[in-house]
Amino acid sequence: MLDKLMNMDRRIVFILVALAVIIPTKLRVNLPISVSEPTQKLYDYIDNLEADSTIMIAFNYGPAGLPELHPMGRAVLKQCFDKDVRVIGVTLAPDAPTLANTLMEEIAQESGAVAGKDYVFLGYRPGGSLVMLGMGTSIASVFENDYNGTALAEIPIMENITNYDQISLLVDFASGNTTEGWINYANTQYNLQIASGVTGVIIAQMYPFLQTGQLVGLIAGIAGAAEYERLIDAPAKGMQWINIESFVHLLIVGLVILGNIAFFIRNRQEE
Amino acid sequence: MEIFGIWLAAFLTLSIYSFLYRDNPFYRFAEYLFIGISVGYYIVIYIHQGFIPFAWEPFWAAVKPFWPGIPREAGWIGLIKLIPIALGLLFFGGLSPRHTWLIRYPSAVLVGFGSGISIPLMLQTFIFEQTRGTVEPFAAINAGTLSPWGIIEAVLMLIGVACTLTYFFFSVEHRGPVKWLSKVGIAFLMIGFGAAFGNTVMGRVALLIQRVDFLLNDWIGMIIGWLGTIF
Repeated sequence: MLDKLMNMDRRIVFILVALAVIIPTKLRVNLPISVSEPTQKLYDYIDNLEADSTIMIAFNYGPAGLPELHPMGRAVLKQCFDKDVRVIGVTLAPDAPTLANTLMEEIAQESGAVAGKDYVFLGYRPGGSLVMLGMGTSIASVFENDYNGTALAEIPIMENITNYDQISLLVDFASGNTTEGWINYANTQYNLQIASGVTGVIIAQMYPFLQTGQLVGLIAGIAGAAEYERLIDAPAKGMQWINIESFVHLLIVGLVILGNIAFFIRNRQEE
Repeated sequence: MEIFGIWLAAFLTLSIYSFLYRDNPFYRFAEYLFIGISVGYYIVIYIHQGFIPFAWEPFWAAVKPFWPGIPREAGWIGLIKLIPIALGLLFFGGLSPRHTWLIRYPSAVLVGFGSGISIPLMLQTFIFEQTRGTVEPFAAINAGTLSPWGIIEAVLMLIGVACTLTYFFFSVEHRGPVKWLSKVGIAFLMIGFGAAFGNTVMGRVALLIQRVDFLLNDWIGMIIGWLGTIF
């Protein structure tokens, strides 16, 4: 029995994980969601902004980051448009422009936001840190046109925006280490307030910046997206998926405990 | 077109997941298709967003006044734009073993500019600010404004930072008190790695959930809806 457990075919684990995802997906389970402090801080920061303030959102993720970052991007955009906070979208990821532009247009349509007046998507520019530094001096020197090719001078939302001085907050949705770049080049150099929404892989790296105040808030993975959806009272994929995620986590914890018990029993038997 | 897209996405998703059973031609087809499309996409993006606006257009603007039949509006000063382009071209020296040394010049410029811009900012961001964040709570303790839980957090953080740094301090042999401090440091590191691993699992499971959600709701949902219209 013990040997069978220790040498279990890994495909059985795959089937168990698949079942732990499929069954709750069809059952539509609703577990309680509590809001963590970093998510609450970002929500409060945007909530306290005056109408007609401008924030910048950096969509720094491709399709692989979409499941975690799209729900949080959707929630933050909805909060901004509902509060009449203007949004400038940019990206430093070459595979992000289509995803980001589609998301902004979709949420704007739902919220009644007008392109060019309430939001604009500037698109992608290569250069990473140079783009971050360049926009601190002049956004127009880095992005001459928006994603659709309209000159920045002809876009109403950009009328009074020159550089970071007119931006109240930058929210970086990142599946890589761009948030550290924004903190380094935009917060330290230009004192721009930074918040972040990140994938699970890099959450642990972000906490030191929260503690020092270099990040005003943090949305941590799909759990953070669910929390944000709860805060804006607009349940969507985040809340739906975190419920399913809980079942998979339970299964993984169970398997880890089972594996450890079997490991220690076998060690004792060998002794 | 949308229906075709959903079927294609479902086929490719299932092809990729078929690797969980064993390697097979469907998986390899999907893998090679992904790599091919990714490379093609990135090349096009870099040509349109990088090469054309930052190399070709400045190059053309610089040499255009000297083109036969075009009036010389801009002077020699326009040629200054050719310097960074020429520096960039030196990277291609790496393609020939005899000319690899040419890479040193653009590399030196890159490292020089990068260091000049980044080092002061990185010291401020990652060293000074983090040090401030570690010791600042003790000022609040001294002022009596920190909650009991905040005091525990501050003390734990200081112990964690000191012990973890001790673990990475190799100029002293790890014996006696130093050994114990570094062992505590290892414990903090393991807790950190555990948290990172747990969050990674959460992220990876989210990817699976999104794909299953697509297969069950978008793909199978579409098939059920289609069957419903027939029967």
